Amino acid sequence: MIAEFGSFCLLLALALSAAQVGLSVAGRLRGSAVLAGAGEGAAAAAFAAMAAAFGCLMSAFIRSDFSVSNVAANSHTAKPLLYKIAGVWGSHEGSMMLWCLALTGFGAAVALSGRGLPGRLKAVTVATQGTLGLLFIGYTAFASNPLLRLANPPVEGASLNPILQDPFLAIHPPFLYSGYVGLSVVFSLAVAGLIEGRTDAAWARWVRPWTLAAWSLLTVGIMLGSFWAYYELGWGGWWFWDPVENASFMPWVAATALLHSAVVTEKRGALAGWTMFLALLAFTFSMLGAFLVRSGVLTSVHAFAVDPTRGTLLLIILGVTAGAGFALFAWRAPQLPPGGLFSSISREGALVLNNLFLSAGVATVLLGTLFPLIKQAISGEAISVGPAYYNWTFVLLTSLVLLILPIGILLAWKRGDLAGALKRTRLAAALALIGGGLVFAAFAPHRLLAGGGAALGLWLIAGSAVELGERVRLGRAPFAESLRRLVRLPRGSLGMTLAHVGVGVFIIGAACETAFHVEDAEVLSIGDSLTAGGYSVRLDGLSQAQGPNYLAERGAVTVTRAGRVICQAAPERRRYTPGGQITSKVALCLRDLGDVYLVMGEQRPGPHGAPGWLIRAYWNPLSRLIFIGPLMMGLGGVLSLSDRRLRLGLPRRAAQAAEAAR
Amino acid sequence: MTWLPKSRKARRRLLVVAIAAPILAGSATLAFYGLGSSVSFFYSPSQAAAAHVPAGRTIELGGLVAKGSLVKRPDGQIDFVIADHLAQSKVSFHGELPDLFREGQGVVTKGAYGDDGVFLASQVLAKHDEKYMPREVTAALKASGEWRGGAQGQGAQGQGAQVQGAQVQGGGAQP
Repeated sequence: MIAEFGSFCLLLALALSAAQVGLSVAGRLRGSAVLAGAGEGAAAAAFAAMAAAFGCLMSAFIRSDFSVSNVAANSHTAKPLLYKIAGVWGSHEGSMMLWCLALTGFGAAVALSGRGLPGRLKAVTVATQGTLGLLFIGYTAFASNPLLRLANPPVEGASLNPILQDPFLAIHPPFLYSGYVGLSVVFSLAVAGLIEGRTDAAWARWVRPWTLAAWSLLTVGIMLGSFWAYYELGWGGWWFWDPVENASFMPWVAATALLHSAVVTEKRGALAGWTMFLALLAFTFSMLGAFLVRSGVLTSVHAFAVDPTRGTLLLIILGVTAGAGFALFAWRAPQLPPGGLFSSISREGALVLNNLFLSAGVATVLLGTLFPLIKQAISGEAISVGPAYYNWTFVLLTSLVLLILPIGILLAWKRGDLAGALKRTRLAAALALIGGGLVFAAFAPHRLLAGGGAALGLWLIAGSAVELGERVRLGRAPFAESLRRLVRLPRGSLGMTLAHVGVGVFIIGAACETAFHVEDAEVLSIGDSLTAGGYSVRLDGLSQAQGPNYLAERGAVTVTRAGRVICQAAPERRRYTPGGQITSKVALCLRDLGDVYLVMGEQRPGPHGAPGWLIRAYWNPLSRLIFIGPLMMGLGGVLSLSDRRLRLGLPRRAAQAAEAAR
Repeated sequence: MTWLPKSRKARRRLLVVAIAAPILAGSATLAFYGLGSSVSFFYSPSQAAAAHVPAGRTIELGGLVAKGSLVKRPDGQIDFVIADHLAQSKVSFHGELPDLFREGQGVVTKGAYGDDGVFLASQVLAKHDEKYMPREVTAALKASGEWRGGAQGQGAQGQGAQVQGAQVQGGGAQP
């Protein structure tokens, strides 16, 4: 019954999205606030209906109702509750439900929060958001409904892929999807801005918080997925430039560029057309990502069972939506009012350079991701593009743009003082060069990568510190005065500093981990040990462990360094009873922001005849920085979002009050 | 500088183009250089034989792991045979196989043929879903007549563990 109610709610959400479009368009055409308000109400109701449908699916998963096909395919009674819930978005159909939930949620948020948004702009935004809802809910309801019943329900479900049964992966999709779909609001705002011919600072003030919110969620979502891959897949890699990863990365890069160009549009009224283009592009990349992941047109080492026919439908939705958006852009953008002028040496100029490099970077990622398809179409040869390509293109391009970052943030708007900025960053540059030089000199393998990465990371962190120091007049005013200024700094600027420092932290971690990680794999009998990066790993014993839905061989491992015990670890080799799959549960020993990473392998004959187990040990120095950095970026975004200047409507009301007082 | 346009706006546009053009040209060059050096071709054993892949060139070799061919030697070396319907290829790999590696299932390995005709794999690509079959393997098997469809194919929608929303990463079992 609950599943049927869920299906009903899904259709209701579809109908309400249609009403949202109709009422909002009517409200806009007739200039009726009542009709537009009804459209907003429909948006909120569509979200409520979608939430109810999602709740029904979740309930079916929690109750292990195997008469629902999606539950039977992805759940199992023995699964812990968290993974029963995570199973909701563990499959294609369920993840589309999550997508639609986020889409209607953001639609309702725009409808309910946008008091300061000019009425016509808001009506068109809500209508566009409703159109997106109509397309995606329609797709979910008619082509990928997870609430369908099975004629002959099985007694037991097929269970979720064991490597997905992990707390990080349980929360990774909600973050990622909220990020993907959050960009739909920006898309809708861009469409509305183009239709209404409004791309002024007021419009940009609306674009920025939504971009920030989506970008922060996406940043954290990608980081969670990367961290999961790092410790779950058992060989310590955290990024592979795989098509599925690129699918999430391209919207992120586009959103990053948008975040920066929207600042220019908001503060200076310039680059409006470009900001609009990026706003359309960011959500287009989100949809492209959904299509690439679902359709299986690209071979990913971890593309999962996919369905080409559904891929075609998604491609049609992508084509229609993005095509309409960009056609509108081509038609209306030339009529947009021109923006303000600025000197090439200025904050605007630096941000333009940022956007040039980021756009070139995302274009190279797109080319690399789609190249196998292009090649297949042209010559019929099956190929894959390796990580080296992305290192040569994206990594190089972003490294160049990051080089100018600390100088760019010191330049004034409109006309900047390059010589002054260079002078003020002397200390930061010296620090970066010395730090990088020390790393370069001290370590033998891959010294260029490690030294360069350390120098770039330090340059970003020190440069951000210089900018912060200048804002609070550190050293030039009494310390108490500086502290007072620091507390009073707008949160937007603190958020920017935090995010930029996060980039630096990430780069240092990524470069050092890549350059210096060491590994060793040996068959150890009980009492034997191996060494990795100065850490000695000894296998003390072995036990059997019984989990809720698996049996594990658990190794007792002691990690020592120079005779001192660092930690006791228990890596496991699990055999999941429902499906018989074998996975490795990695044990991590956190030390100095790096990890001693231990993987329990299969049983093999040991060196002296006794039974042995293949143990792999890695020493990944500073690996945690790879995940702390993006977390700082995400927090920086949230901090900026809490800036009162961005709390919507405030500046406008303040302006009105000022006018009234005059 | 009489050739410079007179209006400020036109000068600005020229400046933007003058800065953007080298960046874009540079990245295009990088992209083509990068593609040239990092593209690897996929072959099934019969395709590799037909194409006379020279020894030492890095390729991806995929197909089914022949039943009964897996040999794990005490020194850690692993031998197995990748086959399609028309040909087979001996593969030698040093390292740990992915957890989901099975005889009789599809696999993709990356490496190069040695002079003796044995394929030296540096990576055996892990797949996180035992029902998943790489697209190239499906295509190659269809081409060689081995394909029988069914639950093993990539169309195994809704039958097994799938991760869709997950931005899932995979990797080789690195030696």
